[in-house]
Amino acid sequence: MNELRVENLHVAIGDQQIVRGLSLAVPRGEVHAVMGPNGSGKSTLAKVMAGHPDYHVTKGKITMDSEDLLALEPDDRARKGLFLAFQYPSEVPGVTIANFLRAALQSRLPEGEEMEATEYYAKLYEKMELLGMDRSFTSRAVNEGFSGGEKKRTEILQLAMLEPKYAVLDETDSGLDIDALKTVAHGVNSLRGSKIGILLITHYQRILNYIVPDHVHVMVQGRIVRSGGKELALELEERGYDWARAGADEPVLTR
Amino acid sequence: MSAIAHDETVNSKGILSGLLELRDLPDWFREQQHAAWEKFESIPRPTRKDQPWRFSNVDLLDLAPFKLSGTVSDQARAAILEQSNGLDEVAARLVFAGDQLLERDVVSEQLSKRGVIFQPLERAMVEHADLFRKYFMSTEVSLGSAKFAALHQALVSTGTFLFVPRGVEIDQPIEIFHWLAGENATVFPHLLLVTDELAKVTVIEHFRSLDRNQRGFACGVNDLLAGPGAKVTYVCAQNWGDNVVALQMNTTAVDHDASAMSLNLNLGSRYSRFESLSRLVGEGARSDLLAVAVATNEQEFDARTLQDHISPHTASDLLYKNALDDRARCTFGGLIRVEPHAHFTDAYQKVRNLLLSDDSEANSMPGLEILADNVRCTHGATSGQINEEEMFYLRSRGIPVPVAQRLIVTGFLNEVVQRLDQAAIADYLNQLIDRKFAHSR
Repeated sequence: MNELRVENLHVAIGDQQIVRGLSLAVPRGEVHAVMGPNGSGKSTLAKVMAGHPDYHVTKGKITMDSEDLLALEPDDRARKGLFLAFQYPSEVPGVTIANFLRAALQSRLPEGEEMEATEYYAKLYEKMELLGMDRSFTSRAVNEGFSGGEKKRTEILQLAMLEPKYAVLDETDSGLDIDALKTVAHGVNSLRGSKIGILLITHYQRILNYIVPDHVHVMVQGRIVRSGGKELALELEERGYDWARAGADEPVLTR
Repeated sequence: MSAIAHDETVNSKGILSGLLELRDLPDWFREQQHAAWEKFESIPRPTRKDQPWRFSNVDLLDLAPFKLSGTVSDQARAAILEQSNGLDEVAARLVFAGDQLLERDVVSEQLSKRGVIFQPLERAMVEHADLFRKYFMSTEVSLGSAKFAALHQALVSTGTFLFVPRGVEIDQPIEIFHWLAGENATVFPHLLLVTDELAKVTVIEHFRSLDRNQRGFACGVNDLLAGPGAKVTYVCAQNWGDNVVALQMNTTAVDHDASAMSLNLNLGSRYSRFESLSRLVGEGARSDLLAVAVATNEQEFDARTLQDHISPHTASDLLYKNALDDRARCTFGGLIRVEPHAHFTDAYQKVRNLLLSDDSEANSMPGLEILADNVRCTHGATSGQINEEEMFYLRSRGIPVPVAQRLIVTGFLNEVVQRLDQAAIADYLNQLIDRKFAHSR
């Protein structure tokens, strides 16, 4: 089945259990939002999907189109179609955005095959325009000295260039003013469609006004405690996370 | 290149057997060479106990196996000329193999009419004797290699003399190749660059070996003189073969309101030592000392520097970055000296080592000696490994570990290369760095 699927996932850092029996599934073509308060394990979920070495899956599984993701190295996962937009993207000093993205795309080609430079730049400039980025950005080092908004835009630029099957957006809205938020949302919306499944992780409902999800999950203490349609986000906004916690006695399995 | 691994050279006299009297050089130069030879013989070989040689692998400095280079064979000559490819656009070019000039592309008529001199040493010492004698090896080598500077002076028989007269700006870089060819061959690269007031020039030297496996010895001197208000840029792309022992002694003298920038890229050799003395002679002088190294296998790069502030309102900025893998070693010993009258000095010194393996080793010995007031000086040396979060970020984009590592390292080094502010040279140097990675992994 074409979906990004998490089943009964348990994740620990050291001795501390962060994710405790989380399950959800994002089919290709849909946008799912995971909402949760600070410390609920949202970012852990994002990082463990991408294969961050600090997190250990103690139980459960993650599959992408039925393939076991946890058996793959982080770069293999990415080449097979998973993308993580980081909440706090790393700086890569001295490596320009153009060279960085070129290396990422090159790594998806069979050995010996070279990328066509003109096509590459045409596509890069097109996506930058979509995100309101100046072309001079291509020669800046990745995230070095970038403002919060510039970093998030660069994440979405990478998403647009790499065309993954599934994208996990980890608090892409945090630290953005309303104009930057709209631009980023516009970028994400333009990528929506039957070829991509998106998992949007956020603390606030605000971004969901601009990227309207098909499903909303509420995550508390390492589990999904409620799932519903887009109206769940508004209800949560109104009632607060305590209301969601009250329903946490029984873990809610989705799908 | 193994097909021409034999008989590249006709002569095979050991370098320790004394002076050659083959070339027709002026008497005064000959006399200097004899004096230099005596000096070479009188100075003892360095030991690790000598402060300037602390951490250095002095055992590699046994010169007995090395031979004086003779004439290269036609085959080697053809191969060298074919492979002497560097920058796409240059103002002029010289290609040397051993102590032999193979090819010369002169400067444009317009530049020579304006008084630019770009000649092999043996011609310059005859045709421009006064100018040449005034500057040739005029500063004592004081950072440890006096013995080897004497050896250089005793045995050098060709090299480059470049004089740029008052107000002349040469837009394109001038390019010089020095090749080692033959088993146990030697080379004594020499560059004497003199710029007059407000002149501007960029010189790039390429150090290469015809056969990367052959043993060899390189012992070079480059002296850069920036006249008042002049702007001098010097780049050295050191890429000797893997079994070469190399020493390079540099003196840079910067007159008032002039600026000098040098960048040494170290990729090749088994052991390579670079000594750089930057003298801020006139008020308002500025010197940028840059170096980049990619050290792999058992390579050792050994840098010793002195930023000598003699006049007030002078600035110097040293930035050395090394990437070390396998069992490679990098040593840095650098001093900033601010002399008593050099008030309002700005002097910086930064050395950064990126350790890619557990067995690589970096030793840094920064130092300050401040004898003036109102001085701004900082120095620091750091060693670190690749940041794990950064590595994860690249991998999360599908970039495999070796490629990610290469990108991170070239990015780390690129900060130095970009300081040149010359895109064509920066691209060329980055290509060389990339190629080294492609071969070593």
